[in-house]
Amino acid sequence: MQKLLLLGDEAIAQAFIDAGGSAINSYPGTPSTQITEYVIKSKEAKEKGIIANWCANEKTALEASIGVAYAGKRAMTCMKHVGLNVCGDPFMNAAIIGTKGVLVVVADDPSMFSSQDEQDSRFYGHWAMIPMLEPSNQQEAYDMVFFGYELSEKLGTPVLYRIPTRLAHSRAGVQRRASLPQNPLTEPADASSFVLLPVNAKRLYRNLIDKQPLFTKSSEESGYNKYFDGENKKLGIITSGIAYNYLMENFKDGKCPYPVVKITQYPLPYNMLSKLYDECEEILVLEDGQPFIEEQIKGFLGKGKKVMGRLDETIRRDGEMNAEKIAAALHLAAAQTMSVPDVVTNRPPALCQGCPHVDSYTALNAVMAKYNKGKVFGDIGCYTLGFNMKAINTTVCMGASITMAKGAAEVGIFPSVAVIGDGTFGHSGMTGLLDCVNEKANVVVMILDNDITAMTGGQPSSAHCKIAQICIGLGVEPEHIREIVPLQKNHEEFVKVLEEEINYNGVSVIIPRRTCIVELKKHIGEKK
Amino acid sequence: MKKDIILCGVGGDGIVSVAKIISDAALNKNLNLKQSEIHGMSQRGGSVFSHLRISDKPIYADVIPEGQADIILSSEPMEALRYLPFLSKEGCIITNSEPFVNINNYPDMEKVMAELNKIKNVVAFNANEMAKVVKARSNMVLLGATVPFLDLDLAELENSIQHIFGRKGEDVVKSNLAAIRAGYEFAIKAK
Repeated sequence: MQKLLLLGDEAIAQAFIDAGGSAINSYPGTPSTQITEYVIKSKEAKEKGIIANWCANEKTALEASIGVAYAGKRAMTCMKHVGLNVCGDPFMNAAIIGTKGVLVVVADDPSMFSSQDEQDSRFYGHWAMIPMLEPSNQQEAYDMVFFGYELSEKLGTPVLYRIPTRLAHSRAGVQRRASLPQNPLTEPADASSFVLLPVNAKRLYRNLIDKQPLFTKSSEESGYNKYFDGENKKLGIITSGIAYNYLMENFKDGKCPYPVVKITQYPLPYNMLSKLYDECEEILVLEDGQPFIEEQIKGFLGKGKKVMGRLDETIRRDGEMNAEKIAAALHLAAAQTMSVPDVVTNRPPALCQGCPHVDSYTALNAVMAKYNKGKVFGDIGCYTLGFNMKAINTTVCMGASITMAKGAAEVGIFPSVAVIGDGTFGHSGMTGLLDCVNEKANVVVMILDNDITAMTGGQPSSAHCKIAQICIGLGVEPEHIREIVPLQKNHEEFVKVLEEEINYNGVSVIIPRRTCIVELKKHIGEKK
Repeated sequence: MKKDIILCGVGGDGIVSVAKIISDAALNKNLNLKQSEIHGMSQRGGSVFSHLRISDKPIYADVIPEGQADIILSSEPMEALRYLPFLSKEGCIITNSEPFVNINNYPDMEKVMAELNKIKNVVAFNANEMAKVVKARSNMVLLGATVPFLDLDLAELENSIQHIFGRKGEDVVKSNLAAIRAGYEFAIKAK
């Protein structure tokens, strides 16, 4: 078979289709979006009857996967790293259950290209005490999906599958394997394992503890973790995932003089690492993420040898890994480089020309200028770029606009305005709005409805065409739900609506609704 | 054979998608390749880039280390300068000379061109004008101008254009082929 040119994300998606996957349920988030998108668009997946859905949020998505696993089928849920926080509850409990056939794919974003933090998902997997996979290239990304399902079904555990931005969004040739059939519909072997009453949970947690040596044994023996010998034992190097590539980039002949343990599977292979530790004088740990391995080996190897890495900032603690940082840590000569001329100015991302959010923020800014104590609580999406228009004061996490506005309003901030998009409202804004209604908080909630989850490239928004109905259902008074088309010609009316609702002492919802300009252009293009 | 290429421009201008055509041609030649790009927030009108690495030997990192790029291909002159730290001393820049101004403080064009002209190998030309003539996008003209600096033949890239744009119809293929030829011929003379 001819190799396919695939993003790391797409390699995972193709492998899911080929490895007998039955259902993929996800929530979009950079850099993970292209996995699920690929399956949704795949003709082959359709022919095989594979379910591929965007869900309301990561929690609902992962719970759907647990349901798929309950039926004995292979499931996948994909998300960005912060999405794992949203589904922390089902994630931890799927581990206790020992859910078979579930891969939780989490794309981390070291250097925060498109995220609010650079949390490393491996800490979650370790905490949940489940095996983790961290492929180093696109081919491994493909192969390890097959392996992940085998591991999950054989050892009775969900598997956390971690990739960083650079693998998610980098293409390379990938060799496919022969396709596997889907699993038949079956009953769980132990029906009580899905009922986490304390009586069952205690037994299951003990099971999970007892399985740990099996997880480690697989890490030692599967062949995915590798020990490469090197003649110079002054230093032993441990790499995780793609950090291996950055190391080898420094050795053009493909030969590193130091012994290297390449980690792509967890729990850590203790024997392999002990061998390296015993043989070498010092240890250097290279991770594209937080010092996860480094902290662990300090615990179990701590026999006094020098361990270098991100903890002692031999490698700067923040930011993604790269070949240059490793060259510096190894005292290799750096390439001569030119610098960026002073004439080059920043070109930060900005809202598109013709974007409906620009009109919404223009109206909001005009009104807020009259209230010097007022605050605008923002949220996650394209409209976070309203910060550049000085239109929002905060951005914390998905849904926090409404709830922060409520908290602030209750202790005296006026006006207290929340700005949230339709996608984020569906993800985690609804429950916060219910809190506002129950407390009759004095807030104005602007739900910017552009018909789509725009920031991640135009996925359907779960609350599409239902926003006003949802607000009514949650108890917002219908006369304080105001819809408007955000256009320059409606500016005066928009300002008037905002002022009226700010002056209403209670919960108001304003829904500026106009299709995302990028999406609109896409549709016009398709019609042509 | 090894070519490390930085493709850069402004979010939404489509320069990054050019990488796909070069990649297709390289893959057909059984070369190893890695091509990395950035999605998400950084796309929205901000500066964007893609790293494309082609080699007959194994390629390790998905991103090009600083000082090692052979080519910077840019849809816009100031963006070409932004990635100078990646360019090797012997490397070349192929760039559109027409600025894309979506910021208030875009620098003086004379200063930008002066900085560009300090680089040994630069092919800078008005790709928008050239694209208009053949009714294609400027990206394709720029791609054509890059071909003489790649170890790939024009015919190999033409095949990939057929392959990638084939389903969009004969007209799209034709205009794109005309565009890369126009860019190619210009660069051959300028080289």
